[in-house]
Amino acid sequence: MSWKTVIGLEVHSELNTKTKCFCGCKNEFGDKPNTNCCPVCTAMPGALPVLNRDAVERAILMGLAVGCKINNYSVFERKNYFYPDLAKAYQISQLEYPLCLGGGLEIEVDGVKKFIRLNRIHLEEDAGKLIHTSHGSLVDYNRGGVPLIEIVSEPDMNSAEEAVAYLEKLRSTLLYVGVSDCKMQEGSIRFDVNISVNREGEPLGTRTELKNLNSFKAVLRAIKYESARQIEELEAGRPIIQETRRWDDEKGKTYTMRTKEDSQDYRYFPDPDLIPLNVTDKYIESIRQKLPKLAPERKKEYISLGLTEQDATLLTNEREYADFFEAVLRELNEPKFVCNWITAEVFKKLNALEVDDRKITLNPALLAKMLKLYKDGEINQAGARKIFDIMWNDLTANPEKLVNELGLKQMNDTNELRAVLERIVNDNPKAVSELKAGNEKTMAFFVGQAMKATQGKANPKLVADIVRELIK
Amino acid sequence: MKYLDLSLSEVLDLLNAGKVSSVELVTECFDRINETSDLNALNSTYKDEAIKRAREIDERRKNGESVGALAGIPIVLKDNINYLGTKTTCASKFLENFVSPYSATCAERLHAADAIVIGKANMDEFAMGSSNENSAFGAVKNPVDNTRVPGGSSGGSACTVAARQCFAALGTDTGGSIREPSSFCGVVGIKPTYGRVSRYGVVAFASSLDQVGPITRTVRDNAMMLNVISGADEHDMTSSRVSVPDFTSKLEAGVKGIKIGVAKQFFTDALSGEVRNALDKAIEWYKNAGAEIVEIDLPSLVTALAVYYVISSAEAASNLARFDGVKYGRRAPEYTDIVDLYFKSRTQGFGAEVKRRIMLGNYVLSSGYYDAFYRKAKRVQKVIRNEFNEAFKLCDVLISPTTATTAFKLGEKANDCVAMYLTDIFTVPINIAGVPALSMPCGKDANGLPIGMQIIAKHFDEETIYQVANAFETAHKEDK
Repeated sequence: MSWKTVIGLEVHSELNTKTKCFCGCKNEFGDKPNTNCCPVCTAMPGALPVLNRDAVERAILMGLAVGCKINNYSVFERKNYFYPDLAKAYQISQLEYPLCLGGGLEIEVDGVKKFIRLNRIHLEEDAGKLIHTSHGSLVDYNRGGVPLIEIVSEPDMNSAEEAVAYLEKLRSTLLYVGVSDCKMQEGSIRFDVNISVNREGEPLGTRTELKNLNSFKAVLRAIKYESARQIEELEAGRPIIQETRRWDDEKGKTYTMRTKEDSQDYRYFPDPDLIPLNVTDKYIESIRQKLPKLAPERKKEYISLGLTEQDATLLTNEREYADFFEAVLRELNEPKFVCNWITAEVFKKLNALEVDDRKITLNPALLAKMLKLYKDGEINQAGARKIFDIMWNDLTANPEKLVNELGLKQMNDTNELRAVLERIVNDNPKAVSELKAGNEKTMAFFVGQAMKATQGKANPKLVADIVRELIK
Repeated sequence: MKYLDLSLSEVLDLLNAGKVSSVELVTECFDRINETSDLNALNSTYKDEAIKRAREIDERRKNGESVGALAGIPIVLKDNINYLGTKTTCASKFLENFVSPYSATCAERLHAADAIVIGKANMDEFAMGSSNENSAFGAVKNPVDNTRVPGGSSGGSACTVAARQCFAALGTDTGGSIREPSSFCGVVGIKPTYGRVSRYGVVAFASSLDQVGPITRTVRDNAMMLNVISGADEHDMTSSRVSVPDFTSKLEAGVKGIKIGVAKQFFTDALSGEVRNALDKAIEWYKNAGAEIVEIDLPSLVTALAVYYVISSAEAASNLARFDGVKYGRRAPEYTDIVDLYFKSRTQGFGAEVKRRIMLGNYVLSSGYYDAFYRKAKRVQKVIRNEFNEAFKLCDVLISPTTATTAFKLGEKANDCVAMYLTDIFTVPINIAGVPALSMPCGKDANGLPIGMQIIAKHFDEETIYQVANAFETAHKEDK
């Protein structure tokens, strides 16, 4: 009987609030160590936490976006453990009464759709950061107390590809809702994987937990490695030990971090410094009003504008793409035309970048201007691409000026073109007879020749019309 | 002594009338502190700064500028209350050299009222104890009888006020730590309603039970101090938004028609005869003064001590985990790795009683025991709270002894922690219920040791406590 892999994911995502979760310090990545700190987030004796309502609101927004039930009553608890990056020696988190329960996301792998259920989303605080140097270890508490949501899935995924599809969808949703910047390199989104294998029809196997996964690629590779390792162990008659394993990205292997026996007892209990969090239905509704249009709704709109489902999906995969598409559309109301350029040319540029760096910085109004020139036949495709290349790197480049500077204005003068083409037709009798015989591919030859003769400025549509007329 | 025999309110009148200067008061306090230094009431003092501040306030007052409600009054803070730039040791070796980078809200409010902080009072380490013998800086002596304990954990605060080293002090009370030493030293101390006074900046022992409160020589002084430190604080989510009345407004209202509850559970066989007599006499006095005496039943009161040791220890274990030797405080001079650093720093930094509570607290929170201890204790807490709520439908205040006996000898209970814990049997239920309670003197035993009476009211009704207390105090002034 074949093996089945069962995967559940825990995703930690930092919320992009202005200030930390329980004090007024700035929530900012990359500042000088220990500058965004106060008595509260450095756990000075006597300091007390005060809940940041903005963090609660963002957590609820995300919960609503993925269909969670928002609990009217939730409780912050202390998760007690010693570690130098954890100033209070406990993390404020939620356990028994989390803020959001249930919900889920639909993923698609190889054309197959699947609903991944969520167990919960709860609000907690991040720890600081340890920096190990040759002189010893240093602690930076800037990140200590930054609000996090932990999004816990049910074990509904059965392959590394499904896990990654889920993570991509989750990241996209977080970005749509606008509650996290999801920068993997900065650690603002992090993943833990729970994984087990069992034979088809048999009960679930013993699971291991994988830590230190900080890219989609690492998740993909780690799951593939770990499920193969577990199968190999079981087939060799060795049991799987419930443990936490660390992924070594360089070696491409997982290693034992700690087994269940030496796992910690976190001694959770309700934090007496924080009163239980009561959110009224009215408050939840007021937050729901702030929920931006999400992917499915926008996709529907785009299809109604005449886009194919495939194009609509591509444009709505990330909020940024959709926002950009709509911004260009406001300047140039040619949905299909704008979509084609974005999905072909813009995406080509983006795909050459690392995931974290895939940002569209182009000014949509300027792009619309360029596309209008192209649409109106002022420039041809080659010219449009040339200008676009420049615009991608020079965000203030003016396409109209570039047309003149680079002499890209398309040759639309029929007489001028006719003169050029008469010569080409005369010089190539063989091609003429092929075209006459109905071989339409030969037209490309004439267009190519015309481009050559005009330094790429000929209007290809006009060229075709004139050639047809000349060989009549 | 010229002024220190006067009350805070009396001396404030003199200050406002220009008959005495704050500098004179501060100077007299420091003379007195030097004379009585063997009491070991204070862990640190700030003479130069205090005189400088007194001079500034005198100047402002002389120039007719506006001054705060306690302008020029020398006071003392318990050594677990942060006050910017001063040491806050919690009487622990662990924080021996810790200097506060910020001020507690209560200290800030006193400062803003132009009170002058002249020092920090000794205490049981991290406020854990009932005799002030658990201080890393030595025991405090009872100013009435130097062979006896002043009570704890705010022993230094009660002692410094009783010994006339200052006009008022702040203490903290988690299970009786203001009231028991106030009782033993013959002064007035209140544990306000939970949430009445901000805990921000007060080093936490048990967060759900801790309250800051004043210790003074008179009821009026106490109400004046509480006026200044009470009220909501944006830095403490557990501080209450319930409005703060002027606690002195009903002081002279008398007790006619006041219903005084007496619960048999407070009058057990553990009471010494003299304490019982003093309380009986006090209740008799109230009856004669026009109060109505109501019998009250608090059947679950007896469980409060157990509930207290589960909840307070659990919270303490977590609250004290931050003292790990990484960020501040004591770090063991030698260690092999991070775990060894934690282990040695904490082993060396904490005293025996603190370690005992940490172990107890971690035990009751650990997996497999949580339901049996912590969760159950929280459930019983609700029952106790309800009994008090029911009681206050029948009476305005409850009266009980603060402690079963008067101050015991130094060392008498030092090696018997259960006997020590039982000292707090009448004060602990008040913190469990979250209600306010005041201890005030109501007589003396044959050795001249003060006997304390506890007056308890419903949540946020400190006003009635002060009213009832002041009536008794006014009528018994000559007895002092």
